[in-house]
Amino acid sequence: MSDRLTVAKTYKLYIGGKFPRSESGRSYPVTDSKGTFLANAAQGSRKDARDAVSAARKAFGGWSGTTAYNRGQVLYRVAEVLEGRREQFITEVATSEGVALKKAQSLVDTAIDRWVWYAGWTDKIAAVLGSSNPVAGPYFSFSTPEPTGVVAVLAPQQSSLLGLISVIAPVIASGNTCVVITSQDRPLPAITLSEVLATSDVPGGVVNIITGRTAEIAPWLASHGDVNALDLTGAPESIRADLERSAAGTVKRVLRNKVNEDFTATPDMSRLRAFLETKTVWHPMGV
Amino acid sequence: MWEYAPAPESRDIANLKPAYKMFVDGKFVEGTGEPLKTINPATEEVLAEVSTASESDVDTAVKAARKAYDRVWSKMPGSERAKYIYRIARQIQERGRELAVLESLDNGKPIKESRDTDIPTAASHFFYHAGWADKLGYAGYGPDPKPLGVAGQVIPWNFPLLMAAWKIAPALACGNTVVLKPAETTPLTALVLADIIQQCDLPPGVVNIIPGAGDVGAALVGHADVNKVAFTGSTDVGKVIQGQLAGTNKKLTLELGGKAANIVFDDAPLDQAVEGIVNGIFFNQGHVCCAGSRLLVQESIADELIEKLHARVSTLRVGDPLDKNTDVGAINSREQLTKIQELTASGEAEGATRWTSSCPLPDKGFFFAPTVFSGVSQAMRIAREEIFGPVLSVLTFRTPEEAVAKANNTPYGLSAGIWTEKGSRILWMAQRMRAGVVWSNTFNRFDPTAPFGGYQESGFGREGGRTGLEAYLDV
Repeated sequence: MSDRLTVAKTYKLYIGGKFPRSESGRSYPVTDSKGTFLANAAQGSRKDARDAVSAARKAFGGWSGTTAYNRGQVLYRVAEVLEGRREQFITEVATSEGVALKKAQSLVDTAIDRWVWYAGWTDKIAAVLGSSNPVAGPYFSFSTPEPTGVVAVLAPQQSSLLGLISVIAPVIASGNTCVVITSQDRPLPAITLSEVLATSDVPGGVVNIITGRTAEIAPWLASHGDVNALDLTGAPESIRADLERSAAGTVKRVLRNKVNEDFTATPDMSRLRAFLETKTVWHPMGV
Repeated sequence: MWEYAPAPESRDIANLKPAYKMFVDGKFVEGTGEPLKTINPATEEVLAEVSTASESDVDTAVKAARKAYDRVWSKMPGSERAKYIYRIARQIQERGRELAVLESLDNGKPIKESRDTDIPTAASHFFYHAGWADKLGYAGYGPDPKPLGVAGQVIPWNFPLLMAAWKIAPALACGNTVVLKPAETTPLTALVLADIIQQCDLPPGVVNIIPGAGDVGAALVGHADVNKVAFTGSTDVGKVIQGQLAGTNKKLTLELGGKAANIVFDDAPLDQAVEGIVNGIFFNQGHVCCAGSRLLVQESIADELIEKLHARVSTLRVGDPLDKNTDVGAINSREQLTKIQELTASGEAEGATRWTSSCPLPDKGFFFAPTVFSGVSQAMRIAREEIFGPVLSVLTFRTPEEAVAKANNTPYGLSAGIWTEKGSRILWMAQRMRAGVVWSNTFNRFDPTAPFGGYQESGFGREGGRTGLEAYLDV
């Protein structure tokens, strides 16, 4: 080890492919599990959330319109870049979550593999969830799954990387775009993930990442008219019902998964299904 | 010209009884709520008195459904459940004519629609879902997906028996038990369905049917022992229910309002398109959540199309729902008629051009002559709000991109129509419609194998097909 002074990173938000500070000018100290100062994270505001929704909406047409093969390759590319940053993530997860390096290593490896798992789903969702409908008449009828739109994701509070990836990847694999509020006290791996996304081929605005107080920002997303769905996974218990009530104002799809979901377990399709619509198309048959 | 000769179906076929009771725990019992009088909207005469549920009756019904779920239905092999559901399908077919006449009496819809659409499709929903009951492991939700428990279901007045079938059939197939509340103005066919269910020997409590108004629905969806809520109705009420269920573990599906665009391109076969437009908005008096209520016409053919449309709509016969010649029946209630009148008045006040068919209307009952507004702009209420009546708003567009933008310019997203001879354009347009059902060169087609449901504020969850089973499974 040299005595060289390290270059400390400024942790910022990730909105529309850029790294702005919070419009509010606020930041908050992030510590490790023992209370030692790590960095200041941007404390996102209502305005940041709205900017992120605009960016996500702007990106939706392009991202949902890409071919499933292309989306699969873009997501696989993210896994490649994640792998290259493996050591950095292990250190960050160990520090953020207060787990031993060996445990952190396993969490990071699972997270990268999880991303690969979802990358492989992009061009299989339609075959597995779609259908050709044998209707009783001279019509061709088929149903295809389509992305719901802009999804507000409240990332898990405990699992700073594996949990985060487990909630983002299924949302974007099917063509949705999202605004993510990170773990409030463990936000640093999320910022590093945003650097990975920015240097893979994920178009700006597909994933937008906001750090700050979940309970402060989430209500604005829950009531936002241009947000189509809400993932409550990381919502504090005390505000979950209120967020659902707000979401009802625009008939949002709400995923109510458990607060302490075990992200080390192998997932099923439920997170993919939660943010999909089914479109049924009919056409007459005849000569 | 031929002299017009009415061909009325006999109302005796409906086996109308002076009083109907609610159906709880396998028995017809007197409800302790204030009885309601259901009327024939075509004549305003009282058809029957119907007992309604009080809050304690709701509790009794939910308890019966819970007991039936715990002791019988959840333990029964799927193959046995299937046979019960097949029985229901067959009995609906056997009593199809009775149900059709009763539906037209209570709802006001033309007999040709209740006879050819509502009742047969209700039977087909039971028949289709019966087959799923012992094949759920193949539905893509894991090897042994479990039911949710007791389903509380609230349905609207526009397709009374059909909506009951859409709700009950998948619930039973997946192994749930049911408490269903039919609409206040159209409870009769649901209670005949209860009679069918009783004759099919379904175990008591598996299906309970409790008439009443909105307060009964609210008590049902709010009941602590209900595991699943399914609602079809207005977006306003849907939002209230979603809010009411916040913080609970109840699974919810909503099928709500719509303001569908029916898009006609300049290369469309116009005569065929006119038939589709007429079917899209005047079917069931326009009391259809997926009605094609916004006609988007390419500007170059707008005048020609509107002229053809006026000529065709003028031939629609409005009147006695039991007359087999009737195309447009009665508006379901005075309340709905008032709402249609209010919204059409706003169309005139906001500057749209109103054309109304000069067809004769009956002297009594609730009727509204087919109406077409042209020169409609997107900001007008008749372009934004669901009228739920025989009123069409015509807007124009120049390019496909503009058609897409205008079609999607709504908080709803239930259905859309596309009329063009060009196949690639159909698929391009269909892909861009933010709507759950896209009818191309056709409109208002329904089938139990084809998932139906909305995007955005038209609700969530699907009914029909493999996709529709998810709403009634714990997955």
